[in-house]
Amino acid sequence: MIRPLNHIPDSCAVAIVGAGPSGLSAAIELKRLGVNDVHVIERESAAGGIPRHCGHPPFGMREFNRIYKGPTYAKKLVAQALANNVALHLDTTVVSLGRNGLLHLSSPHGSAELLAERVILCTGVRETPRSARLVSGQRPLGIVTTGALQSMVYLYDKRPFRMPVIVGSELVSFSALLTCRHAGIKPVSMIEANDRPTAWNLSRLLPLASGTQLRLNSSIQRILGRVRVEGVEVIDRNGTVSTESCDGIIFSGRFVPESTLARLSHLDVDPDSQGPVIDNFGRCSDPAYLAAGNLLRAVETAGWCWQEGRRVASTVHRSLEGQLPDSGEYIRVIANHPIIKYVLPQRLSINEGSMHSDTHPVQHHQLQLRVSSTAKGVLSIVSGERTILMKRINTLPERRILVNLPSSTRDMVDDTIRIDFNPS
Amino acid sequence: MAVRPLVADIYDVIVVGAGVVGCAVARKLTLEGARVIILEKGLDILDGASKANSALLHTGFDAPPGSIEQRCIADGYHEFLKIRQQLNLPLIDCGALVIAWNEDEHDKLESIIDKSHANGVTNTRIVSAREVSQMEPDICTGAIAAVQVPGESIIDPWNTPFAYLLQALSNGARAERNCEVTGGEFDGIHWVIDSSCGRVTGKCVINCAGLFGDELNNRLIDEPLFNIRPRKGQFVVYDKSAAKLIRSILLPVPGERTKGVVVCRTIFGNLLVGPTAEEQQSRVDVSVDKSILNQLTKRGEQIVPALSGHSVTATYAGIRPATDSKDYHINSKTDLHYISVGGIRSTGLSAALGIANLVFDHYSKLGEPLDPLDPPDRINWPQINSISEYDKRDWQCDDNGGIVCHCELVTQREIAAAMTGPLAVRSLDGLKRRTRVTMGRCQGFYCTARLCELTAGQFDRPLCVSSDT
Repeated sequence: MIRPLNHIPDSCAVAIVGAGPSGLSAAIELKRLGVNDVHVIERESAAGGIPRHCGHPPFGMREFNRIYKGPTYAKKLVAQALANNVALHLDTTVVSLGRNGLLHLSSPHGSAELLAERVILCTGVRETPRSARLVSGQRPLGIVTTGALQSMVYLYDKRPFRMPVIVGSELVSFSALLTCRHAGIKPVSMIEANDRPTAWNLSRLLPLASGTQLRLNSSIQRILGRVRVEGVEVIDRNGTVSTESCDGIIFSGRFVPESTLARLSHLDVDPDSQGPVIDNFGRCSDPAYLAAGNLLRAVETAGWCWQEGRRVASTVHRSLEGQLPDSGEYIRVIANHPIIKYVLPQRLSINEGSMHSDTHPVQHHQLQLRVSSTAKGVLSIVSGERTILMKRINTLPERRILVNLPSSTRDMVDDTIRIDFNPS
Repeated sequence: MAVRPLVADIYDVIVVGAGVVGCAVARKLTLEGARVIILEKGLDILDGASKANSALLHTGFDAPPGSIEQRCIADGYHEFLKIRQQLNLPLIDCGALVIAWNEDEHDKLESIIDKSHANGVTNTRIVSAREVSQMEPDICTGAIAAVQVPGESIIDPWNTPFAYLLQALSNGARAERNCEVTGGEFDGIHWVIDSSCGRVTGKCVINCAGLFGDELNNRLIDEPLFNIRPRKGQFVVYDKSAAKLIRSILLPVPGERTKGVVVCRTIFGNLLVGPTAEEQQSRVDVSVDKSILNQLTKRGEQIVPALSGHSVTATYAGIRPATDSKDYHINSKTDLHYISVGGIRSTGLSAALGIANLVFDHYSKLGEPLDPLDPPDRINWPQINSISEYDKRDWQCDDNGGIVCHCELVTQREIAAAMTGPLAVRSLDGLKRRTRVTMGRCQGFYCTARLCELTAGQFDRPLCVSSDT
């Protein structure tokens, strides 16, 4: 059933696109700060985002000081938003972004426009499906991503298969494993290209406990079956090919930001992070737009996104009061080593030499970056010939790396700063 | 065991195969007054060769002059333009550039112009490198010159033949799907066709069985007439954000063997790179191959360098029903009241309406009188729901039930409409072709679960099973 929609006005102070952890936390925080005219636009029939269908812990430590399963956590966040009188518009899709905050919307009732003084984009992430991974084989039924599987199992009580293989070993891959277990689905194996699970090493135990074989140094060479999945050809590091029987495949992880709206609009998109380009205040290349949460990069926990939502709310609040510096002049941040997968914010807006102070608390006072393979060495921030900051790292891929930004641009002699890496 | 007749009626025409050619033939003969039944072995129409192609409407500028293929493409092209607005079929009138990237190719451009003129396509012309880069600023700078073919266009590869068949049905034809022809006899007056869904009697059989055309000929008239040599073509589809990089259809100068890799937009607002041309034995194996797909993305990025910053939305492969010889095989066996249409390769989508006209010429020679559906006001023209990215879509209209597939902006009303009516979809593939549901960048991450619910009980091969089964 379509729920009755709250009336969507022609204009508002702040529109938030997406009602996941970052969008909801931004809305709640804006209300707390006294910004009243806040509208959250959500294309699904229920608010809460991805945690709605992650039927396992741990969610909520940062937000509620307790540990919940995803659906309970999502309900808590939504309840908090409603208690703060946040206007939630469900079943409503933002179809395109116009200049200066003009949103084109579609709902079951038709299309509309909404002009917002500020728009916060919180559209989250999705996994990379089979097609974008260019996997060989036909297109039988039974190939899903974790997200699709979880919404089938937890939202609709459906099963797409009985004995699939899981591709990947990120955190979400283990989430897929738990979902299968919950649904009575028995994964035959978990296939990972590297020599250790991408998640944490102890996670090796989980597949074992579930009767699922963990196949490291392996990847899918071909999907077998024409109508339904009948098996996969797995190739290991030595080039040995074996056939694994299964009736489905879960392509898990390899998250990418759901940045379609930004890509199809006038906003700049960073080819490295695949999210919109933002400055240290979270502003996009059109300062009417700000962004937070996993849209910025793949992929962080719900709690991290929640925190980003809160921070962006406070910069939006300040910007509505005219307290943010212009976004006109900025310093570009450039990753200068191929091992660096992305770095954000991509721009530092400057204000009389000061990047953040008590009067200008910023969304991002740290650079966030990740590396694409195991990295041991020294990261340095370089401006011109001058090294501003050095940080020793020893990290696995897909781990968050934070580097504190200097509080002043005094040492930045150039209009760009580079992030270098010297392995040791 | 006695075979139960599917229907008691005697049809004028039994069309075997509901690919693009079968759909167009069924339409033409129906509109000419014949009582037509079309039998399709797939769960849905367009389940064989017609399910995957480049989705282009060709003028036939480069077809072999004097060939049946050239004649059918030229006729089909004009016929499409004549009827498309009455059926509400979308078209992008963007033209093509045949680009020469080296001197050898440059030398061939004059002959391409000559050939196009011989084929009646007289508005082609050679454009300079400078003009090419003005027209297509995002393509790589290595182009030497090009032939501009203004008439080449982009169309909807699935709703177009669907519209042909729907018009046939709304004017009295009948369609049976999941209905494989297993044999048949001609008694001098009537054909009695045995099929997996019963016995059908008719006065004439038209073989439009595509990849299985030679097998069907063998089964019904004891000679194959041609031999199918399946030739696979793989494609890579980029996300909608890439479509803004080009305007024209970018064609290579054809080599000795194949037409080469095309880069073009699709009617759905994506960008497509393909096809390959790979001989294979199987008539059903539409596997894609990672190394070939990588070659295609590389080729795409050579021509449009900025493609490297865009993501791949989908990959697919189709099989052309090629034969030993280059031209189409359209033959009639007058004494057997039998017409065979075979070897309709890549150009079938463009040529279908022309092929249908030619088939009707053959049919007319059988001497079976028909009472045409003239005057024109007796003909029903069903309107197709256009899902072109460049037309107004259902999500912009009132009471659409809400968007189900967020990537392709498919509404619940569109899905419900595809699952009702005389050609209600019976499979996920059919639903995809009609609505594009799950065919976007997330490939079902967001909507598969909802689709399981919306399609529950409707498909022979369900998307998911309930927890209690």
